[in-house]
Amino acid sequence: MQGLTGGNQVIQVEGATVRQIINNLELLYPGTKARLYDAEEDELLPGVAAVVDGDASQLGLMERVNPDSEVHFLPAIGGGG
Amino acid sequence: MLDYKPNIVLATGEYKVVGTRPIRHDGADKVTGQAKYGADIILPGLLHGKILRSPHAHARIKSIDTSKAEAAPGVHAVVTSADWEQPTGKVEDLAEGSIHNLRFLSNNILAYGKALYKGHAVAAVAAANPHQAEEALALIDVDYEVLTPVNNFREAMKEGTPLLHERLETLSDPGLRAGGYKSDEDTAMGSNVANHFEFRVGDVEKGFQEADVIVEKETNTAAVHQGYIEPHTGTAMWQPDGSLTVWSSTQGHFNARDLLSRLLNLPVSRIRVIPMEIGGGFGAKGILYSEPVAVLLAGKAGRPVKVTMSRTEVFEASGPTSATNIKIKLGATNDGKLVAGEAHLIYESGAFPGSPVPGGCNCIMGPYDIPNTYLEGLDVLVNHPKSAAYRAPGAPAAAFAMETAVDELCEKLGMDPLEFRLLNSAKEGTRRATGPLMPKVGLVDTVQAAKDHPHYGTPLEGPYRGRGVASGFWGNGTGPASAVAMVNTDGTVSLVEGSADLSGTRVAFAQQLAEVLGIPAEEIKPTVGDTESIGFTSNSGGSGATFKSGWAVYEAGQDVKRQMIQRAAKIWDIPEEDVEYTDGVLQHKSDTELKLTFRQLAARQNATGGPITGRAGVNPGGAGPCLATHIVDVEVDPETGKVDVLRYTAVQDAGKAIHPGYVEGQIQGGAVQGIGWALNEEYFFNDQGHMANSTFLDYRMPTALDLPMIDTVIVEVPNPAHPFGVRGTGEVPIVPPLAALSNAIFHAVGVRVNELPMSPGVVLEAMWKKDNGS
Repeated sequence: MQGLTGGNQVIQVEGATVRQIINNLELLYPGTKARLYDAEEDELLPGVAAVVDGDASQLGLMERVNPDSEVHFLPAIGGGG
Repeated sequence: MLDYKPNIVLATGEYKVVGTRPIRHDGADKVTGQAKYGADIILPGLLHGKILRSPHAHARIKSIDTSKAEAAPGVHAVVTSADWEQPTGKVEDLAEGSIHNLRFLSNNILAYGKALYKGHAVAAVAAANPHQAEEALALIDVDYEVLTPVNNFREAMKEGTPLLHERLETLSDPGLRAGGYKSDEDTAMGSNVANHFEFRVGDVEKGFQEADVIVEKETNTAAVHQGYIEPHTGTAMWQPDGSLTVWSSTQGHFNARDLLSRLLNLPVSRIRVIPMEIGGGFGAKGILYSEPVAVLLAGKAGRPVKVTMSRTEVFEASGPTSATNIKIKLGATNDGKLVAGEAHLIYESGAFPGSPVPGGCNCIMGPYDIPNTYLEGLDVLVNHPKSAAYRAPGAPAAAFAMETAVDELCEKLGMDPLEFRLLNSAKEGTRRATGPLMPKVGLVDTVQAAKDHPHYGTPLEGPYRGRGVASGFWGNGTGPASAVAMVNTDGTVSLVEGSADLSGTRVAFAQQLAEVLGIPAEEIKPTVGDTESIGFTSNSGGSGATFKSGWAVYEAGQDVKRQMIQRAAKIWDIPEEDVEYTDGVLQHKSDTELKLTFRQLAARQNATGGPITGRAGVNPGGAGPCLATHIVDVEVDPETGKVDVLRYTAVQDAGKAIHPGYVEGQIQGGAVQGIGWALNEEYFFNDQGHMANSTFLDYRMPTALDLPMIDTVIVEVPNPAHPFGVRGTGEVPIVPPLAALSNAIFHAVGVRVNELPMSPGVVLEAMWKKDNGS
């Protein structure tokens, strides 16, 4: 993702939900939405987990985000037993 | 210092049922042979399926002639990949990290166009008995154009090397580890690299400039198998109305149903998957091999078909975990503070994309607080079986690199390795190398408990003996889960939940429900429901079952409790607020004469409003990572290089151990699998890409005779996101052993063994090199 943000590791974006965060991110850095959002299914792309304040969200785009929250987009990693 | 006991629980929260050790409900069935496993299914008219497998690691399939097999005695059906539609390359998310490219999944189940590893399924036969099916396989004529096999990542990444998939796209997104083909517009050549991605936190170059001491090293690990006792098996039966029933040995029957639905273009409502008891999975029974073949054969034959793998088929045609190559560099100041870390991880995925290299990146620096980090991951295809999940997928090989590098750093700094870990441990608020902040975890507590353990305080004497330590991280998973609790009139509760029971989870669910209801665990009758008996529940994987289905059970219990309070209020004609429910007894808050036990009220349920059933469907967050620290003593035979494990202690944060006995079993099992991975086990491939040791005689797993008792210490740092503080515990114990043993060998004989397995020959060669000064 840092390839799309000019190498910036931290981006300040407004938004009350993960969906709004992604939409606002796209305005700042075109192309980021396509890496995160599945338009056909209207949900996060398969394999993408939104991690809000250290916790992998179970609500995807609907997850609420606080004004000072940290949001990371990471691979959804399955386990083995 | 702790008093020595074989298994210690450092409990922080006391409950009446949670934290005790009741006998498992399914125990008697299992020890008396009554429990039904997948291969135990016998149905009227059942046929037996056998699979023809490629003798070549890489070959184009020019034609398949099945006519002679179809005419053979007892044969009812023959199928190939031509018998089902080829799915698109679209990636499917089936919850809890279960992500598949259906095209690749389909082509792994039955080869299409090319055979991509020795053992790759090419065709299948259903016959009246297994012998007739095997004889018919020999009559199938496959015309192969044999191609040069790609045997390791070095060959795979070389310019001009043969491509496994001519159209494979190199993605740069670890989330899309299932991989995919190039778009039609992209006319460039494909690649054997399915994914290449990076994580960067802080300024790693600046970090290394601040370092006084730097360690750089490279490790290699061989592919290893999960080694579950029960081979893959699946039985399929089509009903006259066109619906399908499948009996499976699976870690996730809903996932199996959903995959079959997509592969067969059949609605999920027309497929019922019944989970059988499972003889071990460790991650590899979260995907499908036998079941779809049984389905196709059953459809063609018009009779039920069972397909069960042999042990050799399991080795050659199911999914081991990846072989890996990792280059790592760590920097620390003279006072022992880590300031920079960099790692390049290459994992071989086998014949299709999807190695656990994202997991390796997620875990490699998990135990540490390092302000500047850079991680690079590559998923590389080779002509070997497609890798599958294996207990903490990706993490053990990553920890082998990281934790041996930490040991080298400690040696250079002259620091005690546990003191070093206390100084650098990740804790709540630590920035992880993949970006997010660490939630509340118990690594410091496990390191301190290891330091306080009599094992660490006891001097290790004698030549060729050494002690090693290592820590490990696993993120743990969660997902949707369902539970229904039905109160019986005799005061017992029938509990149906949706998590396949790999490890004694039935009793852990019964305990959580019993705790909520204030009744003994023995009064709960837990059952794993099939896909038509309970709501969706994601795979038993990611050490998530006790957490997520535990949450569902807890909520179902609360639902029962609410209804019991309503009934008591109705009987006593008082407001519900005046009823209190404590330890399985309902009573009026002020009139102590008004009292009913759970059992008494259960007996009156039908007359007071009907049956009481509690239910819950949840998708809880906050699974909470799990960390562990292991100590091992070894003795190396200077003549043969054989390593004997003298003593082993595993310390682990369990959040809250619902049933400490089964947590201890998980820790011991994980440690033993890690010891096997470290010292003995490997897929040994010849230059044709053929596995040369595909039996348990030649693929040496540790037995009870090889090992001492594994002592455990359960540390409890409750997970704030679970009502009882549960963290998943099943996977992290396999993470530290590989490095702990390598470190112990170094402290025994002064050589760093950076290749796995550290078999006698490898250790001896390393010792000879050291003696010769090379």
